[in-house]
Amino acid sequence: MLTVRPETPHASNLVVDVPDWPGHLAGQHVDLRLTAEDGYQAERSYSIASAPEDGGHLALTVERLDDGEVSTYLTDEVRPGDTFELRGPIGGYFTWQAADGGPLVLLGGGSGLVPLAAMLRHRANAGAEVDTRLLVSARHWEDVLYRDELDAMASGGVDVRYTLTGSTPPGWDGWSRRVDADMLRELGPEPARRPRVFVCGPTPFVEHVANLLVAAGHEPQRVKTERFGPTGG
Amino acid sequence: MARVSRGFHGRRRTDVDPSRLPPGQYVVEDFPVLSAGPTPQTPLDEWSFTIKGAVDTERTWSWEEFLALPSETFTVDIHCVTKWSKLGTTWTGVSVDELLADVETGAEYVSAYSDGGYTTNLPLEDVTDGQASVAYEFGGEPLEPEHGGPARLLVPHLYFWKSAKWLRGLTLLDRDEPGFWETLGYHNRGDPWKEQRYWSD
Repeated sequence: MLTVRPETPHASNLVVDVPDWPGHLAGQHVDLRLTAEDGYQAERSYSIASAPEDGGHLALTVERLDDGEVSTYLTDEVRPGDTFELRGPIGGYFTWQAADGGPLVLLGGGSGLVPLAAMLRHRANAGAEVDTRLLVSARHWEDVLYRDELDAMASGGVDVRYTLTGSTPPGWDGWSRRVDADMLRELGPEPARRPRVFVCGPTPFVEHVANLLVAAGHEPQRVKTERFGPTGG
Repeated sequence: MARVSRGFHGRRRTDVDPSRLPPGQYVVEDFPVLSAGPTPQTPLDEWSFTIKGAVDTERTWSWEEFLALPSETFTVDIHCVTKWSKLGTTWTGVSVDELLADVETGAEYVSAYSDGGYTTNLPLEDVTDGQASVAYEFGGEPLEPEHGGPARLLVPHLYFWKSAKWLRGLTLLDRDEPGFWETLGYHNRGDPWKEQRYWSD
């Protein structure tokens, strides 16, 4: 464990140093295992937020679930110098490499933004100019992860849009409703351009958005999904 | 010996029989959803179930014919490779033994295939002798699409990705053919009690 710092009121960024890290692709995750003194263990999966180019300095963004057994430890208790067991990278499907090309459409609900951030960071590191559009859905503005970095990416050619489903700050000019067909049409690009679409978030978000995409004419095979269960812990 | 995580105490559940929980798993009360793409929406009048491949004759059932087959209701524990387990889930469906009853085959493997292109592979001996079924009800209600409805494979003694959602048939094979997750790093057999999660396990 190298650093831990709050990202939002409900999420922390952890940077861990993994010796002999074999490398990963943007979108993959790790399994993290904690062991109590009496040998009791708990394991959970977390998406990798850092780009492949950052190697074994892995960034994880952990959302604190109030009743979470592992997430409360990782956000409240853990500190630099602590160690834990980590396994990965895992998952070979929900991944994107610059060489895969685009257009790229990333749709993230809540902490579903984490693996998408790894893709965006990889895109930036690779100097890729792939047509890339990102829609972030969150409840409140203060819940949005990586806000400053997303601002910088927006100036770097990524079309970044937000929709806030809870409250909006004064002067808000983004969307403020659940994702719908009009929103996806406006975000684009049109299905005929055969974009690679990645959807990540809580199950109801992913189900809803993926169904809208298919109804709009996107090929199901080009819509990749990753879901965070409500009991991710 | 695992390294102790300083300050981690965990939250042991005292209401769960530890002998029902495979290594590395934790119990959930809800029913998480995991799938790689959009949920297919196949109307029941276009749905059919087929046994094909290394068989004497292909067999196909329409939805109505499938519901008319002898069914059974049973309660099992299920274990997902992403670490959650759900205990005491009740399903209704048709056993794979019933579906293969009139089928002549020398095959030793099966590839389960689904709407949306998903496949998963199993040795035939993992889906026979009462070990697997094709379920269309969960908790007495029609199986919801996000959980694999109209019908999904149910092989509760293996990790749950082997219990293919949106199942449309079984292809009997003389040779093993790794399926979707099995070619993407997940274990070929997936026995939760041996913690066979990934290729290297």
